[in-house]
Amino acid sequence: MSATSDDSSDAAVHRALGLTDEEFDDIVEILGREPNHLELAMYSVMWSEHCSYKSSRVHLKRFPTEAPWVMVGPGENAGVVDVGDGIALAMRIESHNHPSAIEPYQGAATGIGGILRDIFTMGARPIALMDPLRFGPLDDARSRWIAEGVVSGVSGYGNSVGVPTIGGEVVFDETYQDNPLVNVFCAGVLPHDRLVLGQASGVGNLAVLLGSTTGRDGIGGVSVLASAGFSDDESDAAKRPSVQVGDPYEEKRLIEACLALLDAGYVVGIQDLGGAGLACATSETASRGGVGMDVYVRAVPQREEGMEPFEIMTSESQERMLAIVEPANLDDVLAICRRWEVLATVIGTVTEGGALRLLDCDGSESASDDRVVGELPAASLHESAPLYHRPLAAPADLSERRARSANALDAGDCGADLLAMLCDTTWVSSQYDHQLFLNTVEAPGGDAAVLRLKHPVTGADTGRGLAFTSDGNHRWCAVDPRTGALATVVESVMNLATVGARPVALVNCLNFGNPEHPEVMWQLSEAIDGMSEGCRFFGLPVIGGNVSLYNESRGSNIDPTPVVATLGIIDRLDSRPPGVRLVEGGRLLLLGATVPELSGSLWARNRGHREGTLPAVDLVAAADVAELVRTLVVEGLVDGAHDVSSGGIGLALAEMAVRSGVGVNCARIADHIELFAESAGRAIVCVPADRTQDVIGRAEAAGVAVTQLGAAMGDRIAVKGLLDVPLVDATDQWRDRLPVALGSGTVQG
Amino acid sequence: MIFDCHVDVQLRPGISDPQGSTIEKALPALGFDGVAGVRVGKSVMFRLEADDEAAARREVEDMCNRFLTNPVIEDASIRVSASS
Amino acid sequence: MGATVGVVLFPGSNCEMDVVEAVERLGATGKLLWHDDSNLGDVDAVVVPGGFAHGDYLRPGAIARFSPVMGAVATFAQDGGPVVGICNGFQVLTEAHLLPGALQKNAGLKFRCGPSRLRVETTDSVLTSAASIGDVLEIPINHFEGNYTCSAETLAELRAEDRVVVRYVDNPNGSVDDIAGVCSAGRNVVGLMPHPERASHELLGSTDGVVMLRSLLAAAGLR
Repeated sequence: MSATSDDSSDAAVHRALGLTDEEFDDIVEILGREPNHLELAMYSVMWSEHCSYKSSRVHLKRFPTEAPWVMVGPGENAGVVDVGDGIALAMRIESHNHPSAIEPYQGAATGIGGILRDIFTMGARPIALMDPLRFGPLDDARSRWIAEGVVSGVSGYGNSVGVPTIGGEVVFDETYQDNPLVNVFCAGVLPHDRLVLGQASGVGNLAVLLGSTTGRDGIGGVSVLASAGFSDDESDAAKRPSVQVGDPYEEKRLIEACLALLDAGYVVGIQDLGGAGLACATSETASRGGVGMDVYVRAVPQREEGMEPFEIMTSESQERMLAIVEPANLDDVLAICRRWEVLATVIGTVTEGGALRLLDCDGSESASDDRVVGELPAASLHESAPLYHRPLAAPADLSERRARSANALDAGDCGADLLAMLCDTTWVSSQYDHQLFLNTVEAPGGDAAVLRLKHPVTGADTGRGLAFTSDGNHRWCAVDPRTGALATVVESVMNLATVGARPVALVNCLNFGNPEHPEVMWQLSEAIDGMSEGCRFFGLPVIGGNVSLYNESRGSNIDPTPVVATLGIIDRLDSRPPGVRLVEGGRLLLLGATVPELSGSLWARNRGHREGTLPAVDLVAAADVAELVRTLVVEGLVDGAHDVSSGGIGLALAEMAVRSGVGVNCARIADHIELFAESAGRAIVCVPADRTQDVIGRAEAAGVAVTQLGAAMGDRIAVKGLLDVPLVDATDQWRDRLPVALGSGTVQG
Repeated sequence: MIFDCHVDVQLRPGISDPQGSTIEKALPALGFDGVAGVRVGKSVMFRLEADDEAAARREVEDMCNRFLTNPVIEDASIRVSASS
Repeated sequence: MGATVGVVLFPGSNCEMDVVEAVERLGATGKLLWHDDSNLGDVDAVVVPGGFAHGDYLRPGAIARFSPVMGAVATFAQDGGPVVGICNGFQVLTEAHLLPGALQKNAGLKFRCGPSRLRVETTDSVLTSAASIGDVLEIPINHFEGNYTCSAETLAELRAEDRVVVRYVDNPNGSVDDIAGVCSAGRNVVGLMPHPERASHELLGSTDGVVMLRSLLAAAGLR
């Protein structure tokens, strides 16, 4: 990076900072002059893909975002919905893919730190984290190293900061070999009246920087780390120094101090410092509030000597917040911060007009114009950011690809295929504190996590429950991003139904490849349309999202991986939901119709097949199944419930069996295609024998296709004519896969 | 006078060291044979103002006993030298 | 009415409200005790809760033990007051020399969160008086440094004096002699790694921690 050289119109400077010539010209037009290096650095970070969403913004507008219960939609730090009893819930999902590829532990840890700040900046106390994680194959040493480091980072930061990690996903696939996906989701609860937005108002109010000191860590991190693919090992090494280190203890104190400030009503607006650091936080609060700000760059407490203003403004040092405070409350603000041992420093003043002025002074003397080292319209860093209509094009051979169905592959040994699919993720979730706050009713590993809903201030139990699920399926989306994304929404609704929850809101994390490739833009656009269709159908508002592009390695894009995290509400939580479970003697019913198609399935991918046509999604039928399942669970009519998705009926049955130590004896599955097909909108329930006819009657009344598969019994997993394996073999395969690959995780004493 | 102090904290002999034994088990797999007795500790470095080296050492020993180590499981070795 | 249980709050603690909720469900009153305060006020029992006091930096509990509140807790314990350290609180009590031994990294070098089964080894402690010897309780663990270690002499003393309060049925962390919790010579200070408050509500999957909390409240009621 050559930004430290003398100011000049040298085009290499803006290009080295990642700005195109056209973008540079835009800046000149906005300022009416050429920018200096400080200003250029700020535009470069704020106009990066990571901060500006310049490639995806035109498409994101198609998501449905409104519902009567939505209090804050996309665009703020987090989406917020009303969940009743005067309680609001804030939630958001983010990606930390590229940092985690370089330094897995800190990449994941700082991802957690960042998503937490997005939540408590809204006034919400974070109560739950989920981590959808995707790594390269287990037989690849580097992928194992990344997986182990990421899980340790989530564990190390999340546990210590004191927020339970209640769910997530763990997927291993060669598409993520050099580019893991580390998505982090957080939800928090707040009383309605504590909701606060990230905006500055009130000329003369003070901007107070809270938390850590500012160092050179993460300088240029936004544009270099978050928005560039990895081409070779050498550049990997060059990027390493800008990795940030997380401090969960600082963050914990910051959470407590900020919530105390908000409870006391001392804060007009508050904003976390994430990507683009102070440049983003000062300009965003000012432009949202329609005001300007003078920033005293030298007042910022620095960790290193000799930092330049551009370094101070773009540093991504972790665990920092910017609060806008009335001068009369400053002493009280500082006192609360002292109690929590949080550093608090006045670094700016809210001004009239819309100018963000950067002054090379510490604010102790009156701000004189000759100290101004940069001045730009605050809103221009956001609203004037470039907006690209990048070319998009379906793959030229799409129709040929879609004609090659996985149904044409040889059947093989169904028993062996099933055993190869089983994978218990306890190795991961047991490293996460998933029980803190005494809320966790259904722990990680089930279809959806369930939490008790308590009032965030009084602690009063509402008697209702929150359910969370995160879902993504790159195999479906590689075959058909539109139908795959739609089916992903259906899966999340079904997962919520299996714990008795109705869907309320959704956030998404769109992990895609290089947007400069028209096929990737087509994938993104298709996925957005498919997801929108599903959300619109279920009345599910998209209240926030994140787009992570340039997920590629050596010129090869990852499979499109849109991930959703969906909130559900359980209206009465009197007892624990039945879970993914069998009870000896129970009858197994498949609810919903199977479309016999293996394209896009786990079974097909395990054979290296990644083409064909996904079965069309019947939304009306899927909704009927979900509503039936939810009702059966809520009324306590079933002993076990599990959605059918990856691995089809076969894997769903096997997972229910290994988790409860009870075998299954089934029939009426025609062939390997029906056994492993993944068509959307199905679930399996385990019903006490004497209640079977009642449940079948309800299914028929609801117009839901129902198949009597067999019974839960014995010590084998048997499907007549297709497979018959000992339960103990399946259990060993399931339980041991991750410990064997990744290390035992414990030594029995 | 200013002294550079270096405290090396190690688990006491006989206290099991799971990190050390994990590293010891991993080394042969990477082709490093013949390694034995791996122990993992931590080092604490700081500057200290004191009248003389003996006083500095006494001060650091006191720190170790009261704070920097847990004598139930840890020992410390201390190096003190005049700061250049 | 009911006993008042003081719950110590260090910066970095995170289970304090869980303990308050669990004891209040049983009719007691929970009262937070700020780390910087050397006066416990009117409390009948003290719980040092779980979490990461002072970030667990240097060693878990190493910094917390010097907090003003810990001086007051030591005095309260010397007077026979019931004191229970849970998880990080156990680590703090060992660092403060209110309990013998130390907690090392788990043998598996991984954080472990999940159910554990404990066998009650003595009912002569403020945490187990309402239980029966041999009871097996399902109480969750949640720690990285829960591997209990002590010298051979200390171990012999703990056994001889019947001061091992609970043992793991399936040792999850390499603790010597499967020890999950111990008590002081006066039997009024108990430390354990598992979290009784996490097994205090039907919806959480186990209510086996209630017998421990009831024991504590009974001891508090005698103050």
